[in-house]
Amino acid sequence: MENSCQDNRAISPLLSLREISKSFDGVEALQSVDLDLFSGEILGLVGDNGAGKSTLIKILSGVHAPDTGQLNIGGRQVDFKTYDVRRARRLGIETVFQDCSLGEKQPLWRNIFVGRPITNRLGFIRVREQKRAALEILHHHVGLKGAGINANARVRHLSGGERQGLTIGRAMYFDSRIIVLDEPTTALSLKEVDKVLSFVGQIVRQDKACIYISHNMSHLYRVAHRIVLMNRGRIVGEYLKNDLSLEELGVKLMMAHTISDGGR
Amino acid sequence: MMIPSLLHRFKIQAGIFGVLVCLIGVFMLLSPETFLSSRIYISFGSTIPFVAILALGLTFLVIAGEMDMSFPSVMAIAGLTFTDVFLVTQNPFLGIIAALLVGGLAGWINGLLVVKVGVPSIIATIGTQFFWRGLSTLLASGLARNIVPVRETLLHHILVGRIGGLIPAQALWCLGIAGGLALMLNRHVLGDHVLFIGDDIHTAHLMGINTDNVRMLLFVFMGTVSALVSVMVCLEMANWWPTQGEGYLLLVFASIFIGGTSVFGGEGTVFGTFIGAIIIGIIEAGIISAGLSGFWTRLVYGLIIVISVSVYARLMNIRRALH
Ligand SMILES: Nc1ncnc2c1ncn2[C@@H]1O[C@H](COP(=O)(O)OP(=O)(O)OP(=O)(O)O)[C@@H](O)[C@H]1O
Ligand SMILES: [Mg+2]
Repeated sequence: MENSCQDNRAISPLLSLREISKSFDGVEALQSVDLDLFSGEILGLVGDNGAGKSTLIKILSGVHAPDTGQLNIGGRQVDFKTYDVRRARRLGIETVFQDCSLGEKQPLWRNIFVGRPITNRLGFIRVREQKRAALEILHHHVGLKGAGINANARVRHLSGGERQGLTIGRAMYFDSRIIVLDEPTTALSLKEVDKVLSFVGQIVRQDKACIYISHNMSHLYRVAHRIVLMNRGRIVGEYLKNDLSLEELGVKLMMAHTISDGGR
Repeated sequence: MMIPSLLHRFKIQAGIFGVLVCLIGVFMLLSPETFLSSRIYISFGSTIPFVAILALGLTFLVIAGEMDMSFPSVMAIAGLTFTDVFLVTQNPFLGIIAALLVGGLAGWINGLLVVKVGVPSIIATIGTQFFWRGLSTLLASGLARNIVPVRETLLHHILVGRIGGLIPAQALWCLGIAGGLALMLNRHVLGDHVLFIGDDIHTAHLMGINTDNVRMLLFVFMGTVSALVSVMVCLEMANWWPTQGEGYLLLVFASIFIGGTSVFGGEGTVFGTFIGAIIIGIIEAGIISAGLSGFWTRLVYGLIIVISVSVYARLMNIRRALH
């Protein structure tokens, strides 16, 4: 594992973003961001609130189109005019969004397959298959053992942690090549955090890749190979995990914040 | 084990069905000669389908978190199109095609205003409601149209004829449409999209649902449904009149909300709306045949609506902004 990051440099990235800029109503959320993701690596993305992390991964996952810039996936350039969440999924990108993306009033079996139900050729949903898969996810991928957890349960009755577990379990189930996790552990118990981190750890062995966003440096430091620091819409630092300790990472983060506050 | 859990899952549908059974029971007690004969039910079968089909179409929009206040006026302009094309060409099939196109166009305009321009649907469709009513009154110079010869046409028999001289065709159409829509809502990917859009449009977007297209489709669908019902009404009455459709607005809303569809979106059933429309449809006849004045009708509507929506609010335990 020691040299895996350096080795990766030689091969072409799984995914690369070039000069991505995006503004919302005149507010520049991203300014000319470059980012590569290599096969077999876990990339930690850190930065203050509002640094632009979520915006960046939403561009990657087809939710937003950037104002300018390019995205290459597997060596092919993506056309943003036709790029959307569906296409991103087809290209192997699976995202757990920061805002728990679940339909509160819908049963679990619908929530797990929202946007991509299992259907026959006429578009009718195979409900039994979806329910079976839902149970499998609940039992094997997520430790949802609370009372009243079954495929027909509604999300509005779930606890915050159960909801987060569900969105992660859903992402695990689809077994994609690139997995993006935006603040996946905020509501989880220690045991569930361990589960998520070990899931993330497995990604490497399978030649997949992951972008892991978190404000929890110790979680992030445990899994990431490379850490990218963002501040006010720009990338301001990039470190290999082996080159710095958790404490040093904390210091870098603090410094980025103070510098940007001083510049205001 | 099985039956109580099913009952629990479908408690609203079971409740509404119970209300219908009770109502019919009470009416049978009060006026057995009317409510124990089949004639009254055949008469219900000719009137209730119009409200029910409109309410079924609107249920989808309400579940998706939208509203359409314009459908009564869309009925007027589509009905006028139908009668005028019929009067000119003597061909009711050309008439219904033109009417459906006009209805679809009106729905598409609603969709553009809401989805592309971003006007809240209740406001946009109040605007278009005035517009289409005004346009149809202008075009008709405020006069009604008589189309008695339409009674002899094939289209009349297909849409509103009496099957076996007895069963109104519109009742069968209504049943078929309700069955098809229930299947769409519960089992089709489109229904899945509608539920999630109404539940949380932000989630629907993040999860890859094309929310714009689905909402556009629903508005066009409602416009087309309004046109279909207006043609049925014109055929049944052999008449078009400038205020056509107006009387349906509140009845349709009442059916939907008695049926348990949530005004906050994301929740609702075809079955509930269907039973809601029947409840609304039988109350007037029940009151009059019980010897009460017709003035009681609205009071009873009011009571049933207020009581049923209160019960749902308690049952579902949702209050706004208390997620
Ligand atoms: N849809 C939007 N409309 C308007 N402004 C937005 C939108 N999305 C993000 N922003 C703005 O862009 C900036 C970056 O937001 P972003 O969500 O990417 O930050 P973040 O790094 O994920 O922060 P956090 O750690 O708090 O999640 C913020 O100033 C935010 O207000
Ligand atoms: Mg964020």
